[in-house]
Amino acid sequence: MKYSANSVWENKDELDIAVIGAGHAGCEAALASARLGLKTIIFTVSVDSIALMPCNPNIGGSSKGHLVKEIDALGGEMGKVIDKTFIQSKMLNKSKGPAVHSLRAQADKMDYTRTMRSVLENQENLEIKQAEVTDILTEDIKDADGKVTGKRVIGIQTYSGCIYHCKAIILCTGTYLKARCIYGDVSQYTGPNGLQAANYLTDSLKSLGIQMYRFKTGTPARIDRNSIDFSKMEEQFGDERIVPFSFTTNADEIQKEQISCWLTYTNEKTHEIIRNNLDRSPLFSGMIEGTGPRYCPSIEDKVVKFADKDRHQVFIEPEGIHTNEMYVGGMSSSLPEDVQYAMYRSVPGLENVKIVRNAYAIEYDCIDARQLYATLEFKEIDGLYSGGQFNGSSGYEEAAAQGLVAGINAALKLLGREQITIDRSEGYIGVLIDDLVTKESHEPYRMMTSRAEYRLLLRQDNADQRLTKKGYEIGLISKERYEHLVEKEARIEEEIDRLLHTNVGTSKEVQTLLEENGSTLLTSGTTLAELIRRPELSYEILSPIDKQRPNDISPEVAEQVNINIKYDGYIKRQKKQVEQFKKLETKKIPESINYDEVKSLRIEAVQKLKELKPQSIGQASRISGVSPADISVLLVYLEQYRK
Amino acid sequence: MKKDTIAAIATAMSNSGIGIVRISGEESFQIIDKIYKNRSEKILSEENSHTIHYGYIYDGEELIDEVLVMLMRNPHSYTGEDTIEINCHGGVYVVKRILETVIKYGARPAEPGEFTKRAFLNGKMDLSQAEAVIDVIESKNEYALKSSISQLKGSMQKKISEVREQILYHTAFIETALDDPEHINIDGYGEELHEVVDKLLISLKKLIDSADNGRMIKEGIKTVIVGKPNAGKSSLLNLLVGEERAIVTDIEGTTRDILEENINLGGISLNIIDTAGIRDTKDVVEKIGVDKAIQSAKDADLVIYVADVSRDLDKNDFEIMKMIQDKQVLILLNKSDLESVIEKEDIKKYLDKPMIEISAKEENGMEELEETLKMMFFHGNIFFNDEVYITNIRQKTALIDAYESLKKVNESIENGMPEDFYSIDLIDAYESLGSITGETIGEDLVNEIFSKFCMGK
Repeated sequence: MKYSANSVWENKDELDIAVIGAGHAGCEAALASARLGLKTIIFTVSVDSIALMPCNPNIGGSSKGHLVKEIDALGGEMGKVIDKTFIQSKMLNKSKGPAVHSLRAQADKMDYTRTMRSVLENQENLEIKQAEVTDILTEDIKDADGKVTGKRVIGIQTYSGCIYHCKAIILCTGTYLKARCIYGDVSQYTGPNGLQAANYLTDSLKSLGIQMYRFKTGTPARIDRNSIDFSKMEEQFGDERIVPFSFTTNADEIQKEQISCWLTYTNEKTHEIIRNNLDRSPLFSGMIEGTGPRYCPSIEDKVVKFADKDRHQVFIEPEGIHTNEMYVGGMSSSLPEDVQYAMYRSVPGLENVKIVRNAYAIEYDCIDARQLYATLEFKEIDGLYSGGQFNGSSGYEEAAAQGLVAGINAALKLLGREQITIDRSEGYIGVLIDDLVTKESHEPYRMMTSRAEYRLLLRQDNADQRLTKKGYEIGLISKERYEHLVEKEARIEEEIDRLLHTNVGTSKEVQTLLEENGSTLLTSGTTLAELIRRPELSYEILSPIDKQRPNDISPEVAEQVNINIKYDGYIKRQKKQVEQFKKLETKKIPESINYDEVKSLRIEAVQKLKELKPQSIGQASRISGVSPADISVLLVYLEQYRK
Repeated sequence: MKKDTIAAIATAMSNSGIGIVRISGEESFQIIDKIYKNRSEKILSEENSHTIHYGYIYDGEELIDEVLVMLMRNPHSYTGEDTIEINCHGGVYVVKRILETVIKYGARPAEPGEFTKRAFLNGKMDLSQAEAVIDVIESKNEYALKSSISQLKGSMQKKISEVREQILYHTAFIETALDDPEHINIDGYGEELHEVVDKLLISLKKLIDSADNGRMIKEGIKTVIVGKPNAGKSSLLNLLVGEERAIVTDIEGTTRDILEENINLGGISLNIIDTAGIRDTKDVVEKIGVDKAIQSAKDADLVIYVADVSRDLDKNDFEIMKMIQDKQVLILLNKSDLESVIEKEDIKKYLDKPMIEISAKEENGMEELEETLKMMFFHGNIFFNDEVYITNIRQKTALIDAYESLKKVNESIENGMPEDFYSIDLIDAYESLGSITGETIGEDLVNEIFSKFCMGK
């Protein structure tokens, strides 16, 4: 029994939205909803663990950095908080094309948590409550004849028995549902970091007809800085010039002294220790049943799967400024404690290492996200939304992105406004959510740039141009910020236009500049834009010969001008593909469609379509088991239906 | 689908008097402007709708044919889109060349039933026709699927798969490095990739060339009629074609050259080749014909062996049966109207293949012939040569698209573009080739990344 009958009482406070879980998804969801004016309550099993980073101590990275930028462009919080709490920052892939430049910052974990908590605490309309939610309360929806047509949420109940009434609920339970942490033969029913697990909510969700999965992930050990011999490692510095995540952060104000990370390697001895003890791994003994992610394999997975590699990289990363704990990136494990000591101590620099927290694997309940619309609302339960790891994703940034969208939509729904979806051509957030709600997944889903079809358009540098207008219309972006963007866009356009029409001749000055930069000399006149397109040249390099260049072009505008001119051919190509994509995306499928009636659809397609209820022809076309011929048939049917 | 203007041959693929190539979609006029010329340098995109223009179709500098071009602007066309119809001279070659030119300049081959589908979706047909539209899409798809699968058996599929595998591997490597730059370094990888792409380009070029020399399934299965002299091969051909195509006499050795005809039998298109009767001969001209017949039989997808039941099997018969032992063969016991001196068993001992009694003279047994052919085809008994060839224009287009994409990869490398640009075109090539083998990219790339490369964390 969760609570005794006498302890059940109703909290009569008027609430609109309840957010369950205060991790990265929950925080964004609660902030968005409260900022849109809805009375919001956020539940957490521990207030001290708000916005906790229980795994790696960084935000961003390849494609995840894109997500953070997009969250910021829509009016989310993550980018602002990391800009305040980072201790090292790096733009990854800087030598590659602009589409794959990715910002990553090492966070001071405690500072991040504290800062985000303070934002929540000071947010109007938002209430924080420490309690374990055990039940989702619903009522039947009836039509005029009293026939039950569905379910809607009306509130939640906590472990203590207290009932809260609300109109929408956002599930952001992360890895806490029936969580179990395992290493060797040690198994504890706790959430990450030994925090209390949420053991009851799963049953309530199942009783509502929700399909659950069990996933697994893992984390490496945390070690004591004082026990590390850094002289045997390579120091990893941050960038000289720090670039902020948030479009609202002034870069000049965040330049600071950075803390280094360290690189070392495993060796044959490490691998031997691991191989000799594989039989003691809970994965091999069958103790772990959940599905683990392929993109962050444990060190034992790596040693088995890539047996030909004689070493693996190990990054030693600080967990913060006010702690000596360090994260051992690249060596997550669920091997027994004694094996952990032996293998970590075989790594150069870690010979005498003291382990503060053991590495462990964690198993948890999550959902098959194909039960959700792209708005992140459950198809079968009105007013129930979900985001984050609960939806089968992985990573702080993926979680925050979904939390934001779920929070926005729950709020828009209660405000009687049209909900938003972000499509695959608008942002990584769109790719992430579309993949989650459309494709079957057998492991926690991680964002990757290769998942984005239109990645030349979905750059981290233009996230504001892609999404800030949307954020403004939703109500999360101030008028001032929006107007700033409009102004920026106008400047970009003007400047591009000017460069396309500015001719340069074969003057000595021009030729000298070309020669200096290893560029072929001109034989006849051309435009500045043409010169920018040369790989060895850029907008910046051409500055001395560009006499009419306005002197108030900001670095942000200059960057956009350069990219847009330089990659114009590729960008145009992708824009054309997007046009094609949009054609199918905008063809909506009515909810009332009866696929059994559609003649000539293959049986497999009918089953898949009935199960997934795609909202558009575009989404239908991405379901595995639905062929192009099925899509043709569907198009014809819909046209018939429409008339 | 990266291109949205479609094209197809609107007339039957036969050597008839007139052929029509139809183009539909937003870029129809742009395309015709690139390939149409006339003496007064008319630009068709500036002409009125529903007008007809005399002129020439060029592929670059090369003149293809003298044509009449009909212009129809949206919404006043069959599909409701900008539509252009090129009326050219009949003949499979010319029509095909025009279609290929149109495709080269920006259209793509239409999907089965796609013109009709577009017509319907653009409101050009009334609702009662919807079901018919779906039927067209369905039946054409079924046929195309069946054909392409049977066609892709063997080395062709293997070669394409090999190219795809390599493309995928290298794309996955680049993507892994982009995703995990601190674990995998790809600086300077372009040089290595360039060499790989060079090799892939050669492989694709070979496949494209074989498409040029090849025969497409819709043009017909290469079917060769063989038999000893005066067994009734030419009578059979005439019967199948429905007209006196070959000269028939009772003199042995009348047919000296090979004669080719395209026919449609029960929905299956056959490219029928009548050959000289095979015998040992001193006549020089006849000898050339006999040699050609033997060569044709070797290259054939299907051999129709005509045996004369009114005469005993002789050494020519045994020679032929030995030669076609390993081929797909249909045996026709001809002259069933005359008194039979050989039994089915007599032949079966030497050549155990499907057998039908016919009389080309009395026109008996044709229905059974048709049925048997259908069965052989749809049960996949009629295979194609092991040699790699691609015949379908859609497949050829896909090969060319893949080739062009790979060329762009090399251009990007030569121009010093960053590595992430390589994978854009690599993926395009991968997808184009996948459209031939009927595979989509799906999770291929992500799976390849995880299975072949070790990511960090």
